Amino acid sequence: MIGSPDVVAFTKEDEYGQANLDPWALPEEFSVPLHPLADSNPWAKTSYAKFTKDFILISEFSEQVGPQPLLTIPEDPKVCGTFDLNYFSLRIMSVDYQASFVGHPPGSGYPRLSFVEDSRVVLGDSKEGAFAYVHHLTLYDLEARGFVRPFCMAYVAADEKKIMLQFQELSFRFSQASECLKAGNRRAFAKELQRKLRDLEYTHSVLQREEGLQREAGPQCMYSAHAVEKANELANVEKSIYEHRDLLRQISSYHRRPRRDPQAVACQKCMSECLNECEELLEKYAKLAKPFSYTEKGEERQGQFEREGGEEEADEEDEEGVKRRPSYTPQLIKGKSAKCFDKRLKTLQELCDETFYEATVELLKETERSFRGDLCYLHTRRLEKALRRKQRVTNFLFEGELGDDDEDDVGTLRPFCAVNHTVNNYIHLNPPPIVLGPEPFELDALEPQDPLDPASEASHTQDSELGLGESHLESSPSDQTLETQESSEETKGSFSSDKSGTGPAEKRHSLASAKSEAPDPDSDLTPDPDHNTDLERESSSEDMETTAGEDDGEDGGGQTPVSLLEVPSDLEASKDDACEGSNESDLLVPLDTACCIAQDGFLYEASAPEAVPGLHQSPHLSQTLVVNQEPQALLPLQDDYTVGSPCAESPAAGLELPGNLLGDAVSRISDGSDCTMSASTGSDRAASPLGYGGVVTLRQRKKAGQGALRFVRQYPFAMQALWCLLSGRTLVVLGADEGRVRRLVSSLALFVPGPGKCAERVQAWLSCPFTLTDLHRWKLIGLQRVASPVGSSMLHSLSRYSRYISILDADLKTLRCPPYQGQLLANIADHRTYVRRGSTYFLHAQSTLCHLAAKAFLLTFTHHLHMPVSSTEGPEVVEGRRRCFLQEQLGLGEEDSQILLYLSRLITQQYLQPATGGAAAPPSFSFNYTTSVLYRI
Amino acid sequence: MLKWFLGGREAQSSVEKSSVLCIGEEQPKNCFTELQVLKGHFDIVRFLVQIDDFRCASAGDDGLVLVWNVETGERLQELRGHSQQITAITTFTCHDEATSHTSLITASSDRSLSLWDPDTGNRVQTISDLQSVKCLLVLERLCMWISGGEELCVWNKDLELQCQKQNHSDTGITAMIELPKNCIAAAMDKDIAIYKLTISTDSPPSVAEIRHLSDHQDQIRALINVNDDLFASGSHAGELVLWDATELKILAYEHILWEESQASAQMEIRVGGAPKPSEMSVQHLTTNGKLILAAVGSGLYVYSVQTKTVVAYRKVAHDSNVLHTMLMSDSELMSCSEDGSVRMWEIQDLPLPAEPTSPGFFGMWNFSRSNKQSGPPSKKVVDLPSMRTLELTGDLIGHSGAVQMFLKFSEDALVTCSADHLLILWKNGERQSHLRSLALFQKLEEKGGL
Repeated sequence: MIGSPDVVAFTKEDEYGQANLDPWALPEEFSVPLHPLADSNPWAKTSYAKFTKDFILISEFSEQVGPQPLLTIPEDPKVCGTFDLNYFSLRIMSVDYQASFVGHPPGSGYPRLSFVEDSRVVLGDSKEGAFAYVHHLTLYDLEARGFVRPFCMAYVAADEKKIMLQFQELSFRFSQASECLKAGNRRAFAKELQRKLRDLEYTHSVLQREEGLQREAGPQCMYSAHAVEKANELANVEKSIYEHRDLLRQISSYHRRPRRDPQAVACQKCMSECLNECEELLEKYAKLAKPFSYTEKGEERQGQFEREGGEEEADEEDEEGVKRRPSYTPQLIKGKSAKCFDKRLKTLQELCDETFYEATVELLKETERSFRGDLCYLHTRRLEKALRRKQRVTNFLFEGELGDDDEDDVGTLRPFCAVNHTVNNYIHLNPPPIVLGPEPFELDALEPQDPLDPASEASHTQDSELGLGESHLESSPSDQTLETQESSEETKGSFSSDKSGTGPAEKRHSLASAKSEAPDPDSDLTPDPDHNTDLERESSSEDMETTAGEDDGEDGGGQTPVSLLEVPSDLEASKDDACEGSNESDLLVPLDTACCIAQDGFLYEASAPEAVPGLHQSPHLSQTLVVNQEPQALLPLQDDYTVGSPCAESPAAGLELPGNLLGDAVSRISDGSDCTMSASTGSDRAASPLGYGGVVTLRQRKKAGQGALRFVRQYPFAMQALWCLLSGRTLVVLGADEGRVRRLVSSLALFVPGPGKCAERVQAWLSCPFTLTDLHRWKLIGLQRVASPVGSSMLHSLSRYSRYISILDADLKTLRCPPYQGQLLANIADHRTYVRRGSTYFLHAQSTLCHLAAKAFLLTFTHHLHMPVSSTEGPEVVEGRRRCFLQEQLGLGEEDSQILLYLSRLITQQYLQPATGGAAAPPSFSFNYTTSVLYRI
Repeated sequence: MLKWFLGGREAQSSVEKSSVLCIGEEQPKNCFTELQVLKGHFDIVRFLVQIDDFRCASAGDDGLVLVWNVETGERLQELRGHSQQITAITTFTCHDEATSHTSLITASSDRSLSLWDPDTGNRVQTISDLQSVKCLLVLERLCMWISGGEELCVWNKDLELQCQKQNHSDTGITAMIELPKNCIAAAMDKDIAIYKLTISTDSPPSVAEIRHLSDHQDQIRALINVNDDLFASGSHAGELVLWDATELKILAYEHILWEESQASAQMEIRVGGAPKPSEMSVQHLTTNGKLILAAVGSGLYVYSVQTKTVVAYRKVAHDSNVLHTMLMSDSELMSCSEDGSVRMWEIQDLPLPAEPTSPGFFGMWNFSRSNKQSGPPSKKVVDLPSMRTLELTGDLIGHSGAVQMFLKFSEDALVTCSADHLLILWKNGERQSHLRSLALFQKLEEKGGL
């Protein structure tokens, strides 16, 4: 809380309650909010962050120098830009909930290790434009004060809502990382203890010997000062041994204590290994604790000790193998330890086992990758994924990448294990939802509804009683749409139990939300006209054994919130203004002063297209330029690293700027933004851990959309070409120029049904004669036209197999294929289409294809279209029924029916594939005998 | 067509002139709308034999015998053992026990004979160091089989040599058929030798030549049984001779001759005067008892046994030599050729002379086949009303080499083998799709949902 009023933490109670769940509600993945941002400009939520993209920051509260950043993920200095990591570390670490602990708790003789659960807080810093999910954790360090080293991992983003809405998953991911670090740390700590114990024992034995010698030398009854000192030292060492043994015992009891953190799932095998190690150590050192008496002969004891030591070492080597240096010479421990500030603190790598550290960093990197993109993007991606998971049967047809469905199951809480123990006992949890745009509801719904809604009243009072400064996104139960309910899953603990979306669980769930979503006491405390204020901060810190977090939360709640959302809403207004009056080009957009101050800059709204290229150079520069884009969009988009996605498509799509000049600018942007957009979305997909090695990425597919659009606009017979592809007739693109053929092929590849994971059904460039097998292996072939003997044999194969193929001549611009007069493809192959952007066209085509796939699914799995209903029916009746279905119910002509029949065939084959064993039987290739005609441009 | 691809702007009109006979792409009577390419051979595949309703075996120059499931296209067995090309293959079913079991007998250029079990893929027995074997004949009735080549050997079902007979011809036996009364006809060069197999209970069987028919002018290429009383042989010079199986006399002698000058000429029966031997060589004969289908050069001739005349023909049915033919019914036939295609034909009655003058019909007809007809048979019908035409109803294009043989299974499945090392399994697409739907709903039911 260092001087920053909006660095606050809130906590949420874990309460479960009941709420009425609409039984008719659509499942989550189908309930796309129709107008999620109905009355707010989606691009209004700008931020003024000084960093270009979200990143993960790991900081520690060093006992020597205070809070300091350790590393960022990605470790690219560009990412943070001018963002002051030190300052931000200070802020996030200052919410140190762990102050409670340490030292000798009253009533216990030994120092105690505190087993602190992690805390999860969301912090905001409006001035910096940064919001962070902050995950505090403590690691043990024998040399540290109180044996603990506080660390935190923060996911820093410019978009607060992104963090809020992703809280659950962030929390899940960071918990994994944290558990991993802690597991490594416990090992390291145990090792350190062991070393220390050995040193202590050695010291002890040396001291004892010295004392014995002294005792022998000096008179029995007299104690020299030296002797007294020695005796004290000995006593100290003994005490220290006891203490360390106790520490060892404590650390080994770590796993026994009940975890209150539901997300803290650790690999059981790691745990038990660590435990065993610790217990062995404990056992070993238990016997040594008995103070030695020097009555026996020194040499003998010494020998014994050495033997023991040797055994120990041997044991250690067995246990730890190469991890430790092979021999260890015990060292004398000085009576007084070095000063706190003199010693070097261990680094994070040293604190955790190296493997664990690296695994954690990997995990965090993956986390960072998976959270790239803005909220909309994440949301739609998740929706898409959820939908796709339901359509496994038809997915292969047109959905590019399928491989991601299993790897990336958010629905499984799988303990992350650094050493890759295969863990069978993972837990299912509800997929953390992303919710899009609950705020429109809040805007109007908050206070007016309060008195009307008894439930909210009740919970209101409850909350008030609790006195917790609780804040959340969903303010009123009257907003109990599905989305808001789902978002309330942020309530901690709500997914600790094993429920896979079953009714009761859901109910309980939504009840929890109903309760916790009660109107905000904050709004009472600070009667701010803008209720959005509540939004800006939320912390559902995991409840902790130390209640510091909650205290913090309370404190934070008590503080006067500074409205952040005022800014966007004003901005939004101004945007609207700007849109309306954007002809006045050099218009200075009136912004909320707070915002201006925060950013130290101004937003301009203007028309000069020259500004666009300049944008990429630096944000500072852009501020002086006259631009018509969101500030965030000005950030270096071309850097394909950048995923600031709201920007990429915002200006062109969102703001229809009138005027020729502007139109130009827009179209320029749109041209460019094709690549930027795909860069922003596609690249991270490609780089994502979901991993499509040589797979066609979304980016490529979107690019292909551009190409396909061009094709459609350029060739009047595009429809026929698409029909060939969709009805399973191999299309050969013939041309002399490799580039052109490849381009055509890659754009047409969009329409190849079931292209395979790596587009196996497409051959972009072939320069030798093809065979029959090639024809059904590849559905789209780019063929080189050569004037040579090779060429003629190739042409021979073309003419020979002409009945199976359609030939698109890229040079002559002709298409030879069966005639097609259907209507089905008219809307994706419209020569005069108004669609101008490749990605728009891509989506358009994609939706049409999806539609087709759905129809094909229906056709495939409708029993009576393939089977006789009664035993008296012959195959002709069934055939007639099928035809009737296609023609009358789906309204398809002969040729259009062929598309569906082909798709249906693919679906059938795909469905049957595992059963028939696939590999043994060669694929079958079907065709029909129809004449071809030649289409010209 | 080539011209069009090469860039001629006039394109479409000249597209289909390259082929001698082209049906075009519209083939409503062709039911083979699905194919599977079966790979596995490394050299020319020459032989196909049917094992049972759903299995067939293929063999070729790579010495491999592969057993296929025709329903699924799966390769069931791979019979390895011969080091050189396979010269003959046949199935051998012995009914002497309650269960009849089919095995495969193969002969190879490595001078060995092998008996295989197609179920397990085991080589049950093998005999090496033989004279070369060119043909095999199974006498199921006697549960014996005969290998022919430079010598004629009679084997029992356990691959034990019963008796053998040297012959003195240079070429050896190229074809054998079984005749009534334990007789065997064997074609050797220009002659047909008739052997009599004597089987007595107390002594091993013996074989003796009883007749020597040397009426052919040229080498005999084909020898088939027509029915119990008749057999037929065809020679390299285009002679087709119908023999009485018991009397061993010529019943009919037909010399199929290709006349270059007279395109409109009817079937000529002549002696002597052969222009180009390969063009009129009888490559293959098939029969269904009533009709004999002769593949002569690249043409097809349908010969009626009853009327002892050619009832329909097409001189140029393929671009190249016809290698194998089949009569599917009284009116449908199929042929395959070195040109890599399989063609399906229908014996159609000629339209009555009055009718074909309808312009609509001719217009369409000409449109669909813009190319020249090699033998326009429609003009000369008046004086020979029994004459019918052979109309192309469909062709199967897939192989890139000569189609050596094909085998038809019931339910519209056809296997072709070719010099391009491939087998292609042609199927009725609609039926397959129906079968797939059946399987789909069955699986759906098993799984209890999607």
